[in-house]
Amino acid sequence: MDKVQLLLSLAIALFSIGLLGVIVRRNLLVMLMCMELMLNGVNLSLVTFAHQMGEMVGAVLVFLIFVVATAEIAVAIPIVLLLVKRKHSLDLGAYMDLKG
Amino acid sequence: MIESALGRLDDVLLLIFAAGALVGALLMIVLREPMRVATALISTMVFLGGIYGLLGVHFIAAFQVLIYVGAVMVFMVYVIMMLDPRDPAIQQPFSKMLVPGVVGFVLLIFVLVGATWKQAPAPLPGVAEGFGLQQFAVAFLRQYWLQFELTSVLLVAAIVAAVAVVKLHRRG
Repeated sequence: MDKVQLLLSLAIALFSIGLLGVIVRRNLLVMLMCMELMLNGVNLSLVTFAHQMGEMVGAVLVFLIFVVATAEIAVAIPIVLLLVKRKHSLDLGAYMDLKG
Repeated sequence: MIESALGRLDDVLLLIFAAGALVGALLMIVLREPMRVATALISTMVFLGGIYGLLGVHFIAAFQVLIYVGAVMVFMVYVIMMLDPRDPAIQQPFSKMLVPGVVGFVLLIFVLVGATWKQAPAPLPGVAEGFGLQQFAVAFLRQYWLQFELTSVLLVAAIVAAVAVVKLHRRG
């Protein structure tokens, strides 16, 4: 098995497992962490392609994804804290009334 | 002789790191308590950092460990410790979407692996050697300076949003 194929398969697996976690888990914090896992899978594919093609743009995109992930967590965690303060639960079922 | 042994060592290490990252990701789905899930995610991120180091992009490996493990996950661990561990979400970790989610997961894996398996790009001769921080920094500030500036706007927006969320709650 080729190195690139191995890394791309790992990236696909990480992204899909993250998506599966977001869908099947009930805990808000675990869902946030699964979203981080999806971003990590995308990062791995970008680094693999950048390494393969010798292009710098992949590394630049990875850096930008780092910034976006940090900003996402910085905004999402206060929101989760406020939600938990109001409903006293991390369970997703407690927030069904947020459904539009 | 020594060169080939070192090359094989690289491949073995890459396999070990990839297997570790995959096991960590699978544990994230299976484990019940958020703190254990966070630990599994941290181990996955560290293994990915090792893979980046093996690929020769050392600065991204350093960013991975510093930003993801050092900042994002420490923040996450703090929040997990702040919240109640005896939450109903722990008793029943999976939602009603378990079966459709797993079916979609299998289909997604099937489609993505089928699409990428045979069409992996061939390496360009002589350039796939990894690149250093210097080239990265020059490319960043010569070609991608607009994106670099836009990240600062994004960070300011995130700070303002975080402060606004907390203030809104205090007033309400």
